[in-house]
Amino acid sequence: MAQEDSNVIDQPEVLRHKMVSVEISGKKFDVPEGITIIKALWYSGQEVVRGAGCLGGFCGACAAYYRTKDDPKVRTCLACQMAVQDGMSITMMPPFPARKATYDIQALTDPKQDLFNLYPEAPLCRNCNACTEACPQKIDVREGVWKAVFGDFKSVSDMFMDCVMCGMCTPVCIADIAPNLVALYVSRAQGAHFTEKPVGLDTRIKEIQDGRFNDEWASILKMTEKELADHCATVK
Amino acid sequence: MDIHALQQIVHHTRDARRKQTLPKFSPADRDQLIHKYHPDYRERAYRPLRFGLNEGDKTVVELAALLEGDSPIADEFDLTADYTTDVLVVGGGGAGCAAALHAHAAGAKVILATKLRLGDSNSVMAQGGMQISVASEDSPVTHFVDTLKGGHMQNDHQLLKVMVEEGPSIAKWLLSLGVLFDRDGDGNLHVKKGGGSSKPRLLTCSDYTGLEIMRVLKDEVLNQKIQLLEFCAAIELTSDEKGACTGAIFKDLDNQRYVVVAAKSVILATGGIGRLHIQGFPTSNHYGATGDGLCLAYRMGAKLTQIDTFQYHPSGAVYPEQLIGALVTEGIRSEGGHLVNAKGERFVNELDTRDVVSSSIIRECEEGRGIRTMSGRIGVWLDTPLLDAEHGPGTVEKHFPAMMLQFERFGIDISKDPVLIYPTLHYQNGGVKIDTNSETNVTNLFVAGEASGGLHGRNRLMGNSLLDLMVFGKRSGLTAAVRAAAMPQGKLTVGHLRGFRAEAKKHGSSHGIVSPMILPPYTRKES
Repeated sequence: MAQEDSNVIDQPEVLRHKMVSVEISGKKFDVPEGITIIKALWYSGQEVVRGAGCLGGFCGACAAYYRTKDDPKVRTCLACQMAVQDGMSITMMPPFPARKATYDIQALTDPKQDLFNLYPEAPLCRNCNACTEACPQKIDVREGVWKAVFGDFKSVSDMFMDCVMCGMCTPVCIADIAPNLVALYVSRAQGAHFTEKPVGLDTRIKEIQDGRFNDEWASILKMTEKELADHCATVK
Repeated sequence: MDIHALQQIVHHTRDARRKQTLPKFSPADRDQLIHKYHPDYRERAYRPLRFGLNEGDKTVVELAALLEGDSPIADEFDLTADYTTDVLVVGGGGAGCAAALHAHAAGAKVILATKLRLGDSNSVMAQGGMQISVASEDSPVTHFVDTLKGGHMQNDHQLLKVMVEEGPSIAKWLLSLGVLFDRDGDGNLHVKKGGGSSKPRLLTCSDYTGLEIMRVLKDEVLNQKIQLLEFCAAIELTSDEKGACTGAIFKDLDNQRYVVVAAKSVILATGGIGRLHIQGFPTSNHYGATGDGLCLAYRMGAKLTQIDTFQYHPSGAVYPEQLIGALVTEGIRSEGGHLVNAKGERFVNELDTRDVVSSSIIRECEEGRGIRTMSGRIGVWLDTPLLDAEHGPGTVEKHFPAMMLQFERFGIDISKDPVLIYPTLHYQNGGVKIDTNSETNVTNLFVAGEASGGLHGRNRLMGNSLLDLMVFGKRSGLTAAVRAAAMPQGKLTVGHLRGFRAEAKKHGSSHGIVSPMILPPYTRKES
C-alpha cells in the first residue's frame, strides 16, 4: 500500500532529534521524543491497520495502555493524542468482545425500564471506580452508570457527550458492564423519547411541503448568471 | 523565541482589538487575495490528466498520479462472488451509514464495507455543526444563496436545491434516532452563525456534532443488523458488458485475501483526499482519506468535476507538534475569536469564507508577519482567551470541551493562552459528478458525500458537509434500493480495465503507480 514517492508530512523524523527509548508490545525501540504513540508505531516500522482511525482524538480506534518509567500504574490513552517519553511501555488495546444489546429505538415504550432488560448487568455495579479511572476522556463513568440505573437519563447524556466509544471502560469492569454501550443507549433514549419536540422544525418542514418558498425558488432559478450574482450580493 | 513569550502580544493587544470591527473584503479584493495566496492557484502544483473522461482537466499532481494509476486486479482475475447483495455501500462514515440505513429501511439487502472500522471517518470529527435552515428568519432559499456565494457561484443548482430543501427533514430523522442537538430554552433547535452564512443556521451538539451523529448512526447500523465487512478496502469495481456497475473487489486487510461482492448497485461513500498531503500540507483528515473512491470511479468511466479545488481549513494547529494539522474548530471564530499576526494586529474578518480567511493567513505568513515555532513551523494566533473575556469566564470550557481536552493533554489551557494555527488540508470540494439521486454517469454506480462533486462549488461552506452526507446518503440509498427490487444481478467482469489500460499505454503512463492507495505510507522503511 506504500507508494515509492512517499511524503514525509506525518513522518516524525523531521520533527525532533532527541531520541528516547520506549517499549512497544514488549519490544524496545528508539523513537524521537514527544511524537505521538501512533507515530512511534510508524517510526518503528510497523504497518498500522487496526488501531488508527481519525487521528484527531474523536473516533476511539486507537485505545492504548501505557506505563511510564518506574511507575507501576498502567494508564489508558488514545494513541493519536499521547506523546511518548523516555522509558514508556505501550501496548494497543485489542478489540474487546463486549455485548451490545440491539433494540428498536423508536419502538421502546418504557426506555428507563427497558434498560434493565437490555443491559441487566447495569445495576450490578460494585463501585470500584475502575471505569472512571480508565476513561481517557475524563468522564465520571461510574457516576454515569449509577445515574443511568436511577433513571437520570438527562445527566448521563450530558456526561457522555465526550465519549469516543474507545471501550476502555469495559475490560476493567468486574460486573461485566459495558458502560459506554449503556450510556449510548441511555443517550439515544433521552434524545428520542425524553426531549421536547422542536416546534420550529415542524413548522419549517410543513412550509416546505406546502410550497411556501416556491415563488422565491422560481424567481431565483430562472435568473441569468449575472442576475443571480447580483441577487446574491444583496444578501448580507 | 519561546512560544509563551511570543504569546504576550496577543494578551497585550486584546482590549484594543475588542473595540475594532473589520469589514469583509469587497468582491474584487477577495478575488485578488485568493488568486495570489490560495493554494488552488499555485500552477506548479497542478497538471492536466492525460487520459480518461477528464482528459485535459487539471488537478493536483498527487491525485493525477493516482487517477492514472493501474488497477491491482489482472484481466483474468477470478470473479466468483463471495457475497451477493442488492446494495453495496463502500465506506463507513456519515454518507455510508446514511445510505446503508435508508436502503435497508426501504427493504433492500445491504452490505456495508469499509477499510477501517465502521465509523472511522472525517464525519466523526466534524465539530462546527450542520447547516439546516430551521430558524424562522431563515429559509432554504437563503441557505441556497449563502452556499452559492461561498462556492463562488460554481455550485450545481439542482444538487444544492435538493440539499437545502431536505435539510429540515434530515434534522427530524436524526432527532427520531436520538441525536441530541443543542436546544434553546423553548425547546427549539439552537442555531449558531457560521462563517459565510447570513443567518444563524448551524445545528450543534456542543463541539461534538459529528461524533454524536456518528455514535447514533453506527449504533443504528448495528441495531438493524446490516452486514458489515470491516477492514476490507475496495480496490476495483466490476462492470457488466454494457459498462454498468455490478459489484466490487476488496482486499481484506487482516489476511490480504481478495473478497468479491456482487451487487445490483454500488454506493461509493469513500470520502476525500487529505492524506495525499497535496502541496505538502498537513491535514485534518482521518487515516483513510486517500481518495480511493475517485480512482475506482475514474477507471470505471465516471466523470469527475471540479477536481482542481480543495479546501484548506484556516485553523489547523501548528503547536504543539503532536497536533500538527489537527483542526481548531471554526466555532471559536463564530463566537468572536480573533486572528492575530505577530504584530498583534487583526488582518481579516474572521467570519469570512474559509478560502478568504486561509488566503489571508498565508499572506500574513508569506509577508513576514507570521509566528515561527522552535521547530520551524509558522502560523498566526487564534485568540481563544478572548471568548472568556467577551462572554464570561468558563465560556471556552463550556462551549468547546473537545478542544479544551485536546490541548490540555499537552499542558495547554486554551482558555488562558491563544492557539497557533495555519491552514490545513481539509476537504475536497469537487469529486465524482452526480445527479440529484447521487448517481454517476455509470449506471448503478452512486457516489455520496465528500467523494462526490458539484454541490459545494469551489469552496464548501462550513456546516454543509454533514448535511451533504445525510441528504445524498439517503437519496443514493433509497434510489439504489428501489431499483434493486426490479432488476437482476448483472454479470461481474473487469472489462472496463481493458479500455483504461489501453489508454494508459497509449499515453505512456508507465510511472508504475498502482491505485487506490488504501492507507498513507507513513511506516518508516529503514532504521
